[in-house]
Formats: sequence, C-alpha cells, structure tokens
Amino acid sequence: MKNQSVTNNIDWITILLYAVLVGLGWMTIYSASLPNEETSIFDISQAYGKQIMFIMTSIPLIIVTLTADAKIYDKYAFIFYGFGLLLLAGLFVLGKTIKGQTNWYSFGGFSLQPSEFAKIATSLVLAKFLSDVQINLKNTNHQLLAFAIIALPVLLIMMQPDAGSAMIFVSLSLVLYREGLPGWYLGTGAIAIVLFLAALLVRPQFVILFGALVILAQYFVTRRAMRNPILSSLIFVAMTAFVLSVSYVYDNVLESHQKDRINVLFGKDVNMQAEGYNLNQAQIAIGSGGWFGKGYLEGTQTKGGFVPEQHTDYIFTTVGEEWGFVGGIAVIAVFITLLLRIIYLAERQKSKFSRVYGYCVASILFMHFFVNITMLIKLFPTVGVPLPFFSYGGSSLWAFTLLLFIFIKMDANKVNEW
Amino acid sequence: MRKILLPTLIIAGTLLIIARLFYLQILDDSYIKKSDNNAIKIKYDYPERGYIYDRNGVLMVANQPSYDIMVTPNEMKNTDTLALCGLLNITREYFNQRLEKAKVYSPRLPSVFLPQLSKKEFAGFQERIRRFKGFDIVKRSLRDYQVHAASNVFGYIQQVGDATIKKDPYYKSGDLIGRQGVEEMYEDILRGVKGVKYVQKDRFNREIGSFKEGIYDTVAVQGSDITLSLDAELQKYGESLMFEKRGGIVAIEPKTGEILALVTAPSYDPSLLVGRDRSKNYTALFNDSISKPLYDRGLLAEYPPGSPFKILTGLIGLQEEVIDENTSFVCNHGFSYGRGAFMRCHDSGNNRLHEGIYKSCNTYFANTFKLTIDKYPKPEYGVNAWSSHLKSFGLGDFLGYDLPPGRKGLVPTPKFYKRYYPNGGWRSSTIISNSIGQGEVLMTPIQLANMMATVANQGYYYTPHVIKKIKGKPIDKKFTTRHYTSIDKQYYKPVIDGLFDVFNLGTAHHLRVEGIEICGKTGTAENYTKINGVNTQLSDHSIFVAFAPRENPTIAIAVFVENGYWGARWAGPIATLMIEKYLKGSTTREALETKMMTQGLKAEYEKPYSGLPFSINN
Repeated sequence: MKNQSVTNNIDWITILLYAVLVGLGWMTIYSASLPNEETSIFDISQAYGKQIMFIMTSIPLIIVTLTADAKIYDKYAFIFYGFGLLLLAGLFVLGKTIKGQTNWYSFGGFSLQPSEFAKIATSLVLAKFLSDVQINLKNTNHQLLAFAIIALPVLLIMMQPDAGSAMIFVSLSLVLYREGLPGWYLGTGAIAIVLFLAALLVRPQFVILFGALVILAQYFVTRRAMRNPILSSLIFVAMTAFVLSVSYVYDNVLESHQKDRINVLFGKDVNMQAEGYNLNQAQIAIGSGGWFGKGYLEGTQTKGGFVPEQHTDYIFTTVGEEWGFVGGIAVIAVFITLLLRIIYLAERQKSKFSRVYGYCVASILFMHFFVNITMLIKLFPTVGVPLPFFSYGGSSLWAFTLLLFIFIKMDANKVNEW
Repeated sequence: MRKILLPTLIIAGTLLIIARLFYLQILDDSYIKKSDNNAIKIKYDYPERGYIYDRNGVLMVANQPSYDIMVTPNEMKNTDTLALCGLLNITREYFNQRLEKAKVYSPRLPSVFLPQLSKKEFAGFQERIRRFKGFDIVKRSLRDYQVHAASNVFGYIQQVGDATIKKDPYYKSGDLIGRQGVEEMYEDILRGVKGVKYVQKDRFNREIGSFKEGIYDTVAVQGSDITLSLDAELQKYGESLMFEKRGGIVAIEPKTGEILALVTAPSYDPSLLVGRDRSKNYTALFNDSISKPLYDRGLLAEYPPGSPFKILTGLIGLQEEVIDENTSFVCNHGFSYGRGAFMRCHDSGNNRLHEGIYKSCNTYFANTFKLTIDKYPKPEYGVNAWSSHLKSFGLGDFLGYDLPPGRKGLVPTPKFYKRYYPNGGWRSSTIISNSIGQGEVLMTPIQLANMMATVANQGYYYTPHVIKKIKGKPIDKKFTTRHYTSIDKQYYKPVIDGLFDVFNLGTAHHLRVEGIEICGKTGTAENYTKINGVNTQLSDHSIFVAFAPRENPTIAIAVFVENGYWGARWAGPIATLMIEKYLKGSTTREALETKMMTQGLKAEYEKPYSGLPFSINN
C-alpha cells in the first residue's frame, strides 16, 4: 500500500501524553531520590540517574517497535505467550528472592521482572484468540478458554507470590465483557467483591442474614411463573459458602502481613510505627500538600525520606506533597486523557485484533493507575504495583513502553489488511 | 453499552480519587501539622541575659554558663538507666519521675531532665552523651552575682512554670524567666529574644540541613543591659547595718525619684538561688515563716508611721489654715480630748509648730488634727479633705514603682469609718490617734521615704523607681513626671525648719553629723500582734525619716526597725549613718557604726515565741 511511512499515521497525541508522563515521572523521581549533597543529574549511583538511562534506552525500543512489521504481533502471539510463561516458570529456578517474593531475574547489576512482559504477551494472545471469527464468548467452552489464557500467568504470578501483579490481570475481564462475555460474570464478580468487603468489615452472620433477605425479596417480587425456588436456594447456599470461606480465609489462610494491610485499610487498630507506618507516612506526605503543594524539591516529607519506596510505588506521594491538590489533579488528568485516547483509538480500529489489544492496554494501564493511587490514599489495601511511566524502574518502564507502542504501531498500520 | 463500561469506570475511579485527595489535602489539615512534627525540628538559640549595673557603673549581676540535660522521650532507645543514673549521680526514682513528667509535657519535644549542671559536671557528661539516645545538652546562661546584696531588688530567674508556658507561647519547657525584682519587671529587656532555627530532619531523626535554606529562621537578639539607680555600696552598707534586725530602709534621690537603696532585713545572698541547690535553698527561705527573708519589708510591710506622720498633720493644718507658724498649744504632759480621754505626751509647755516638730509634741498635733477635722460641718467632710491631702502624697495606694510587690498602706476615708463605726457617732476625737501616726493609718517604708522626698522637694515627688538607664531605650515616662501635692510650697518651709532642729534641739540631737545639715524626724510606733489569739503589745517599732542636705537635698530616707523601741535608738543611727555614707563616703562615728553592725534584736524577736510572759520596751 502507499504511504507506509511510519511517522505519517502515528498518533502523536498519545506519544505526547506518554512523553509528558515520563518527563513528569523523572522530575518526581529526581525530587524523591535527591540526596542531600550536590550531585550530577546523570549520577548513575542515584535512582534518577538510572531512570535517565532507562528512558534513553526506551527510545531504541520505541524505534524498533514502530519500524518492525505489525504482522509479527499477530503471527507470533502464541510464541510470545509461551515465552512469557516460560520466563515466569523459570523464576522458580533462576529467580532472585527478595523479602520472600521471587519476582525478578537478576544478571549482574541488571534486573528484569517477567510479569511486566507477561502482560503484553497475554494481551496479544487474548487479542489473537478473540479475533478468531470462530470464537464466540457466548459459548461456555470459549469462555473457559479465554479464562484459561488469563489464569495461566496469574497462577504462576500468584506462586511467586505477587498479588499486586496478579490483580492487574483481573482487568482483562473488562476486555472479555467488551467482546461479548455475558454481563452476569461481571455482576457476580462485583457482588463477590461487595460480599468480600462486607465479610471483613462486619460479622459474617449479619452479611448472610442481609443476603438472605435480599434473595427472599427478589423471589417474591418476581412473577409467580418465573419463580425458581431451586435457583434461589442455590444462590443462597453459594453466598453463604462464599462469606464463610472469606472469614475462614482471613482467619486461617491469609498471612499476617496481608491481614495487616487489610486492617490498615479499614483503620482497625494498628501500630503507626510498624505495619501502619508506610501508609500513614504516605497520607501525611499527600495530606500536607494543600492546594498548591510545598513546591518542587521543597517537600519536607520527601526530603526527610519518611515515605519508604517513594521513588517507586509511592511516587505519587511526592506529587501530592510538592505539587498539591492542583498538581495531583493535573497529573491525573494527563493519565485519564491517555486512557480515554487509547480507548478512542481502539474503538476505531478496523481489525478486531487491534481493537482487543488496545482495550487490553487501556485496561491494564487503568488498573495500575487506579490500584496504585487508591492504595496511597487509603482506598485500597497496600499492594505493590507501579504507577505506569512514573515509577522508577527499568523493567516497568520498558514493559509499559512496549505495551503502549505496540498498540501505536497497530493503530498506525491503518489498513489492517491482514 | 459494552463500549461505555471501561470509560465509565475510568471516569468514576478518577472522581473517587479526586474526592479523596480533596479530603486529604484540603479539608483535613491535620496532616500539615503531622508533617511538621515529622520533618521539622525547631532549635532555639538562647541569647545571653542583659547585665545589671548600679548607678555608678558597678557591675552587679553578670552571667555564667550552665548546662541543662534535656530528654526527648520518643527518641530514647535502649537507655542504660543504671549507667545514666550513676553518671549523673541521680536516683532511679528521680529518673522515672522526670521521664514521666517529660512524657506528660510532650513525648516528642525536649524537656528538662536535669537542670543547671556546672561546667565541670557538664564536661564529664558531654563525652558520654552520645551513648544515651534522646538525651541532649542545652547551654543556658545563669546569673553570676558580683554583689551579694539587693536580692530583693534583683529578684531571681527560674525555670518557667507550666502556667506561663500555656499563657505565653514565647516560653518553652526549660526556658528561664525572671521572677520578682527587676528580673521580672524588665524580663523582656533583659532576656532578649531567642533565635529560632528550623531544621529538616529525616526519618531517622537526623538533621539533614536547614529548612527552606533558613528563610524562617530568626537570629537571637541579645538581652539589653540595664543600669539601676541603686548605689551598690550604700545598699550593701544598709544591709550590714540591719544586722540581726527586721525592718526596711528606703533611700530615694528626691530630685529624680531614683531609689538609692532598698533594704529589707533579714535578707539573703542572691547567689543562693542559682545552680542546682537553688530549689533546696529556695525552700528553706520560703519555709522561714518567722523572719520571712523573701518578704520585702521595704515595699510590703505596712506599719503605723508614728511620729513622722506629724509632718503631714502639720502640713495639712497649715494648708487648711487652721494653724499658722505662730499658732501655739499648751501641753501639760498630754492632751485631754474628751471626757476621760487623754493622750499622753513626754513634753510640756507652750509650743508653736517649730517646737512641736522638734520636740515631737503629741498635744500640738492632736490639736491641729482636731481643728482640721472640725473645720468642716461634719466629720465626714473633714476626714475627706484630710485623706485627699494624704493621697496627694501617694499614700493609701500603690506608688507605681517598678518592682513587682507592693501594698497600698491605709489612709482612712469617711467610708472606712462608716464601716468601722456602723452606728455612727465617730468624730475628730474618736480618730485622734491618726494625728500622731497611730490609729488606723498605715504606711510602707517606701511610702514614708517618698513622703520625705516630697518634703525635701517642697511639694512634689517623682514616682520612685530603680531603673536608671536601659541600653538603647528611654525609661518609662511616668518616672520623669512630677506629682504635685495639694500642699502649697510655702507651707513646707516652717516644717523643714522644725525637722532641721530635731538634730539641733530635739529628739535626735545626739545623732548630729559634722558637716551635714540633716532634717529628720524620729518615730516610735506602738504595735500589737496576736499570740494564741490574744492581742498582745510588742516593743515599739523604731522609726526614723530624714533628708539631707537641707539645701538641695540629694537623699531622703526612711528606716523602720521592728520592735526597736524608740526612734533614735536604732532607726536614727542607721538613717544618719546611711546619709553620711552616701554623702561623704565614710563615717566618723565608728563606734555607732560597729554597734549597728554587730548588735541586733534577736532576743526581742524571740520573746513572743518563747511561750513565757515577757516585758516590752526595755
């Protein structure tokens, strides 16, 4: 076809939003990791110096992604997927264990987190699978296959264990819904989440009683002909079993640090010097920002290093402290503009493969963004997920860059003629 | 429908986040405070307290360094209590008690753990302080007294109390504050302003630099030196003359109102209230409820003024024109002012004002007082006129000097007598004792001295004060404003002539000082106390007031010696020695001086506490 030049069809808006986020991210990392003595911004021993390297090495990655033939993603999707699973499984043999988690490969000074790349591979395979004309998500077998594609990496990641990364894959269910998965799956999932939280917050007996009342009411409201006592009873049994097992799991299966995280979230009495420390310091840093923040490089909490891991998962606390409410909103605005832009682009794809993949990208980024920030502001339990493009780290920056630019490449390949 | 779920979730999630951020960052401002507590440490730089000089530039009060050990409970870690107690020579109980107190004040702010270490003690601890996390040393300056007198004028400095901390945000736990005397009156001037430094801390509570490059920091302002009107030599001399006596000496420079000496006896060495023994010494002084060394008799003791009050009776009589210089009254060892009522007098003969004064004739002044009150149709009006004259001398009210304690004394008013005699029937003869300074009227030594200064000035006085100069600041205007009395200038002359002859012909003729023309008046005041609920008369107070020289007076003085019997016995010699010392620098009457400095009234003061019957005025 004519006009195959890569640059012509690229969506520059997305790239601009990406660049803004990476740039702001670096500035924030600089503030969060600035030592008290004078240093050069290229100082490789400091986080911000390394991040500059990661950003610069992303550029060849982008160029390769944009110039490579778009067909390879379609063609080799299963190979990528298999490779991704292999890397995840290989962790149990070659991985490095830090604080009981085996998430990383480490060669020399260089580390790689395969779960970041598994997201890309899973997205590609899901796109490949759903774009097959013979696949229909109304079909139970096909549904199970789709679930299996997602569940396989999730299981491997859960075994590391890395609950945060595993949770991200849950967002792919939104893609399945967009492509035809019956709504009651999501509905059931939503109800399960509500029941889960309720079971932790109040006594399980009350939850079961309340659930029984809802089911009874529903039963008598429906027309006599449509009533199904067996189904209603089954629902009740399922709900009861679920609620009781949540309590059981909380009391007997969850490890103490996981319980602590839930307790901290719900404000149950926790020691602010120990398990509650991180979240408390994050609240203080963000909360003390006020309308306009304390000024760039002027955050007292940031300077004092009160928030642990501030340049990685807790990076948004520096934004909140130094740039305040207004600055935080601005960053959030850039994020959602990017997300909505991706969805907009996905919806205009002619190829189903590109559309599904675009949707996967938006869902994954959204999940990261939402979980990361709500965790800092005490709306979600503490799980370690990075803020895309913002948080310090080579693996995550490269993976997110790759994830996004593969989609930009597909989008630029307007014709979608394969 | 399926297309809008993800965008909807994105927008809903974002709104949720924004709402929560709005709550955290805007609505709930507790985080700002928490952040400051976390990350910012406030450090104070204590300036040196201003020095205190006497009127001749003699340094009286300087400073010495002192070191407080502070504790910040939250920062303590694995404290080796035993080693610490051993090092500081304190008990385990003291340790626990101070720590508890510190925790109550604030777990994260430093409070005083052990105050006022000497330089030597500090040196021993300084090397080992690092071993005890949460303990810190703060240097402050303590007073170093060059003059071991005038403790009542200086006051003292102490650690600020909880009540003051709550009231005045300037003060923090462990800060020092002036109490009593000029230390309290001129606290703001002497203390200066402490410097504040904001330091950025990290999560290990280490200091990592100044906060915002120090834009909020302030530099400590040195305390200003002050010069007092006190003459250090005269003050010391006065205190030594009051050897084993109780009472007060107040000397004032009439033409300025400057207090030259303010002696209270018994007194104490101001350096007792410095250092680690401070609280022990203070308790001992405080608990001495018999001789009350912390009680400033010069300012607080309200005595019946006795005969010196005759000066005022005479002046008021002249002003009210009920007598003149030539009016005379016959005295026959007393004065019969009513049926069966007789006021005794040591004198006899026909006296005019002049003789009345130098002979201290009771009859003369009883007559004058009676005429003054009876000049008016009703005794209320008479007493009203009389008391308003007295008030123009600053009597019956606080004088307004620049020292914290004070008493009003008592000038009876018609209202007072209406309450005193609820059934009425009182008249001039009922209250006639006031004419000779007995009766209801009460004065403090400083009021009496100020009265003499007023007579010396022939009709005006300046509010007495101890401040002479403040570095870089004028003194209060009220100390340079004249207060005129309601007695015209012309009436002072005959009275002054009488006071002069007290030394030539009268009650103090043996106290004459060669080469100095002194005008004075003796006084002997009856007084009572309650012993086991029984009103018992004690030996008379010995009183003397004077000013000198007669022309252009430079010193006016009042001396009270409790239970010293007649005026010329103790108070007279002390007053004239003070005048001699001030005007000439030394005395020729060494025997008298030695007597005053070595003999006291210890035996007299023990009488009421002996539990035995005792005789007085012997």
